[in-house]
Amino acid sequence: MARRSLPGFAPTLGYTVVYLSLIVLIPLATLAVKSAELSPGELWALATSDRALASYRITFGASLIAALVNAVFGTIVAWALVRYRFPGRALLDAIVDIPFALPTAVSGLALTAVLAPGGWIGRWLAPLGIQAVFTPLGITLALIFIGLPFVVRTVQPVLEDLEPELEEAAAVLGASRRQTVARVVLPTLTPALVTGFALAFARAIGEYGSVVFISGNKQFETEITPLLIMTRLEQFDYAGATALALVMLTVSFAMLLAINGIGAWARRRAGTA
Amino acid sequence: MTRTGARVALPGAPAVIGDPGWVRGLVIGTAIAFVGLFVLVPLAAVFREALRAGLAAYGRALVDPAALAAGRLTLATAAIAVPLNVGFGIAAAWAIARVRFPGRAILTTLIDLPLAVSPVIAGMVFVLLFGAHGLLGPWLAAHDLHVIFALPGIVLATTFVTFPFVARELIPVMEAQGAEEEEAAIVLGASGLQTFWRVTLPRIKWGLLHGVVLCTARAVGEFGAVSVVSGHIRGRTNTLPLHVEILYNEYEYQAAFAVASVLVLIALASLVARRVIAHRVEAT
Repeated sequence: MARRSLPGFAPTLGYTVVYLSLIVLIPLATLAVKSAELSPGELWALATSDRALASYRITFGASLIAALVNAVFGTIVAWALVRYRFPGRALLDAIVDIPFALPTAVSGLALTAVLAPGGWIGRWLAPLGIQAVFTPLGITLALIFIGLPFVVRTVQPVLEDLEPELEEAAAVLGASRRQTVARVVLPTLTPALVTGFALAFARAIGEYGSVVFISGNKQFETEITPLLIMTRLEQFDYAGATALALVMLTVSFAMLLAINGIGAWARRRAGTA
Repeated sequence: MTRTGARVALPGAPAVIGDPGWVRGLVIGTAIAFVGLFVLVPLAAVFREALRAGLAAYGRALVDPAALAAGRLTLATAAIAVPLNVGFGIAAAWAIARVRFPGRAILTTLIDLPLAVSPVIAGMVFVLLFGAHGLLGPWLAAHDLHVIFALPGIVLATTFVTFPFVARELIPVMEAQGAEEEEAAIVLGASGLQTFWRVTLPRIKWGLLHGVVLCTARAVGEFGAVSVVSGHIRGRTNTLPLHVEILYNEYEYQAAFAVASVLVLIALASLVARRVIAHRVEAT
């Protein structure tokens, strides 16, 4: 405790804890208070109604596919940004942040505009019999958009720090380029890749703004769980909304712990390697 | 641009670990196509739809009284939420970055909590707390206080979702810098506040500014959480993103995209600012 000499520790820590409690912890705790008004049986029934189960399938299914697509293409984008020099590279690097920066409602509106049957991309899909707007496909595309930066931004720094000596050694020892990438590069990237995937997935399951415009919000078909919560609230069905929110929060916290766990695992691995 | 396996990223590295030209072409092409299709094309579509009826109609949509009211409410919300989170971020970083204490890791995780919560749930908890049927609802009604469907609710929800941004930015910056200079100032007789203003603040100012930009951009653009608590009262509790939604639902597409295009420009400006500031953060 050599650094105890700095003043202001007690008041700043006190303020931090009080402010955290007022803005975050107490409001979140009302969910627990609200759910305590219900019996476990009632909560279970509300959380597993047919409409709720359908919304989980759509939310988690689309989020999973979107995160997988981002894992593949995000790695490709990160690889291009780190390993190659080409005209427009700096611009591409900057554009990757746009889905982070854009208000979600604007993202939803923009995607709906291009994917509608008359839109710039939708008009090419329509003759193929593919409809994106008001379908699970549209939801997945919106979730790919908002999750795009996560894998790129987690994989990119690891790829930058990757020492060329490793790849050189593999190549000198007779490995083909393909073997080097598969056996040397990809395993090193795995923790970052999994973290990026988990972040994209966690963001996608809670996403609301970018999805509601494109999904059409048909019950049992394109109704995501956050929207169902919104509907319950508008009907003053606080019990129903609480049950759904508890399910979402449980999954979100599990993801948060998993992401922290992956980070710790990667640090341990890096330390022992 | 040389094409024969040159790898500028790792100067001096032998070509044995370079990728063949066709792989480079394929990877770069895929990256550009993916980002272009998913990001640039939709962005361009916003401006195309906004300007579809000409510049005059675009201008009219922006100076519409409801749009201006939404803009004012958005600014007012950010003007309250951002300073609140800046004050918190500085206090949290001062406590967490400089002193090892029990529970430090838990506190850091709790600060990140709002990032893991769906925006809809972030808004919902305030409805459960302050809504007409909420825990404090009857008491608020008895005292004629309005939180939900009013400015305080919108500010609270916005503060919740933007809560971690400044703290997350400052904690690593202050950890990396260490406390030696502050300790020297204290030993030389400066008070804690003097040390903060004269020693700490100049050293963290770029990191702080980066956090402020992130926090402001999110505060201006937040949709889900604010949507739950606002009640969508046109001209009164509509922020800009909510105004976009209302216009769209009322089939006023051109006006919706016009207002959306302003939000796009704000987002792009925040990205440029972040890039400029990030260079400064690295330089200090």
